[in-house]
Amino acid sequence: MSYVPSTPAQRQEMLQAVGVRDFRELYRDVPEEMLLDRELDLPSAMSELEVSRTVSAMAAKNTLFPTILRGAGAYDHYIPALVKSVPAKEEFLTAYTPYQAEMSQGVLQSIFEYQTMICELTGMEVSNASVYDGATAAAEAAAMCRDRKRRVTLISGAVHPDAVNTVRTYCFGTGDELRVVPTKDGKTDPEALKEMLTPDVASFIVQQPNFFGQLEDCDALGQLTHAAGAMFVMSCNPISLGVLKTPRDCGADVAVGEGQPLGLPLGFGGPYLGFMATTQKHMRKLPGRIVGETVDAKGQRAYVLSLQAREQHIRREKASSNICSNEALCALTASVYLACMGPAGLREAAEQCMAKSHYLMRGLTALEGVKLVYPGPFFHEFVTTLPKQTEVLAALEQNGILGGLPVEGGVLWCATEKQSRAELDKAIAVVKEVLAK
Amino acid sequence: MKLIFEKSVPGRHCDLLPKCDVEKVELPEELRRETAPALPELSEVDLARHYTELNHRVHGVNCGFYPLGSCTMKYNPRIDEDLAALPGFAGIHPLAGAENVKGCRQVLDTTAKYLCEITGMEGMTFQPAAGAHGEFTGVLLIKQYHQKRGDTARRKIIVPDSAHGTNPATAAMCGFEVVNIPSAPDGCVDLEALKAVLGEDTAGLMLTNPNTVGLFDQNILEITRLVHEAGGLCYYDGANLNAVMGVVRPGDMGFDCIHMNLHKTFATPHGGGGPGACAVGCKGFLREFLPASALMDEPGHIQVRAFAGNFLVVVRALAYLLTLGKEGIPEAAQNAVLNANYLMRKIQGTFEPAFDRICMHEFVLDLSEYKKETGVSALDVAKSLIDYGMHPPTMYFPMIVHEALMLEPTETESMETLDWAAEIFRALYALGKTDPEFMHKAPHQAQIARPDEVRAARQPVLRWQKG
Repeated sequence: MSYVPSTPAQRQEMLQAVGVRDFRELYRDVPEEMLLDRELDLPSAMSELEVSRTVSAMAAKNTLFPTILRGAGAYDHYIPALVKSVPAKEEFLTAYTPYQAEMSQGVLQSIFEYQTMICELTGMEVSNASVYDGATAAAEAAAMCRDRKRRVTLISGAVHPDAVNTVRTYCFGTGDELRVVPTKDGKTDPEALKEMLTPDVASFIVQQPNFFGQLEDCDALGQLTHAAGAMFVMSCNPISLGVLKTPRDCGADVAVGEGQPLGLPLGFGGPYLGFMATTQKHMRKLPGRIVGETVDAKGQRAYVLSLQAREQHIRREKASSNICSNEALCALTASVYLACMGPAGLREAAEQCMAKSHYLMRGLTALEGVKLVYPGPFFHEFVTTLPKQTEVLAALEQNGILGGLPVEGGVLWCATEKQSRAELDKAIAVVKEVLAK
Repeated sequence: MKLIFEKSVPGRHCDLLPKCDVEKVELPEELRRETAPALPELSEVDLARHYTELNHRVHGVNCGFYPLGSCTMKYNPRIDEDLAALPGFAGIHPLAGAENVKGCRQVLDTTAKYLCEITGMEGMTFQPAAGAHGEFTGVLLIKQYHQKRGDTARRKIIVPDSAHGTNPATAAMCGFEVVNIPSAPDGCVDLEALKAVLGEDTAGLMLTNPNTVGLFDQNILEITRLVHEAGGLCYYDGANLNAVMGVVRPGDMGFDCIHMNLHKTFATPHGGGGPGACAVGCKGFLREFLPASALMDEPGHIQVRAFAGNFLVVVRALAYLLTLGKEGIPEAAQNAVLNANYLMRKIQGTFEPAFDRICMHEFVLDLSEYKKETGVSALDVAKSLIDYGMHPPTMYFPMIVHEALMLEPTETESMETLDWAAEIFRALYALGKTDPEFMHKAPHQAQIARPDEVRAARQPVLRWQKG
């Protein structure tokens, strides 16, 4: 089945109308020797039921853990039912980029609302309509901060390794340098940062909370960065912004982050959502689509894709980025999530993340040989030492629990509002049992 | 309609989380947020209605004909959605151990195998999240290749002037100097112009074939041979792969690497702007340069986003590939080409195609003569289509055709739909001759009249403000 609705008779009729004998003749511009003269080495077409069986069998080979205590850039939060149903609506789902404002007001308004929510969450003044994920958002931020004189990007060693590597790759592209600022006690080392902030540095990127779950002293890092004339970029966990000081209040010039916690499933890594916001001053350097409010010819409020002079289809090789497709449906998902939660609900989710992870931390570190590795305050992730690491993680998995992620120095654990006290108690009991053996 | 914030009622909310069953902890004061974000405060019914109202103001493929050229707006099968939503995929953590994600790996490996066969490539990655992101990845393969060989003088990427704007933007993001070459009048590569710029500084050529006016470049083997002879590599922009999949393979045309937009050719939905997903394929000698995740795989490779890419979109593409199978893939391409030719011929006699010959999966109408005669522009015609519930074609692209309208019907439209669409084009052609004023003001029955885009750019209002 190829979802072609025309019947064989209609196809013949159409071929005739076009003035060719057969399909082969439609490809007469293709040199004969290049045409594929054999069948593709693919399975034969399947019915919908067979496809369903085949792909479902693949899904069944994965292990679905009822309890997930692993984060490290992908977080298991509760997803309200409405947050799943809205983006599944067929119009939202099957539309293209809203180039034609007159028949796309629904998409455009939803993006305008998303931009507003991201501004509210981050305290920033302007948000774009999304980029691919948190890692690319950081890379795009680094690019927008560079100018002719300042070409070097600094990034904290406590930023997610995939984000560091992505920023490094984007810098490799343009031939610019990325320097990694060392950490001390699981946080950015401010002394090292100070030394590395040379006059050629365009920006410094920090993650809050950082990869190890630690809360950075962003005010101080931002002040150091600004004192050296560089721009301060913060990559934030959006749920944590329900309780944490906003990037703007920390002095950030650009706020970015991974939006996956806002109602997007783990999905083996994607699709996720990169959010990106900045100040009025840097508005025209922001990459990607931006929706603006205007009026139509009748004077009524209307929304359009705006500030397109920055973009590749106008500027070609001089564009601020090559991005076209973004993650609009994921941005819609995040908006529905934020609207469902509201200010009080988001705060509650954030507080429960903190409460549950601290409960887990206390339970684990009460066990012999399990120690907290980093001393600072944390949001919902923390690193502990863990004796018999492989055995413990295997035992947890046998009990339906995906344990923390092995990292340098121990295991990185995460708990969110989704886990009940009973689930956390069970995890702690399993760890205790293995360690007691 | 009102914005969601304008519907907000202080104190209203949804009940979603249980009471916290463990002791709460306080943040140190200096880390605390001062004021809560002004998110809307609404009940579930308010929200359900708000988003339903917004959804009514969206035109998707499921609403009607969507001949947006170069975007391949084909039908997105529903089964693909169901399969991507399976908890066995949606609930899988990207950093779970290899033993626990065998099914996800099977999805990626199987899809890679099929796409390699369709394109004639030998390596494949799904890490890029969209077409332009795939271009970036592909051109970085070229960059690494030259760099590893110490061939650092290759600083130029050649791009025809008919190319999509992402091509030159991508080459610039990869640190290359962009050499734009003029196309022949038919949008194909001008061999003399190409020869004139090839040399020891050529890193590669970016090309789409069929090209952006919907024609297959007959000289393609000569083009790729010339580039290779000069020491450059050939990059295939897969935006137009839907015309040729299962019929002719980019690998056999002489291309070294390629990107495919899964959200175009392989029927995954575009979601009002994304998420897309992209597969980047390459010949064996470039495989070592493909991206990887520092955390999931191993460090030391380039990486264009976190983890393994837009995985759930790949699940949809795999379901589509399995449904079509070896028979359906070329059948889809052939019917995409047939539909485009049929629609072009049905419209011809009124609005004229820019190139009067067999096209591939899309064609360009040139309205410059018509505009001279009537004053009615491509924009006016596009806007008039909206009143008929048809999404306008791509306008003013490619830039080598003035007053261009580019139509790509795709294979999933029926003969009746194409007949209906042609009738509307013919009717508008006649209307423009009698009542151009009416068309200058179109659309007349849409969600809004034409928006003031200049005002939007000059006085940017990019968020809602309380007040």
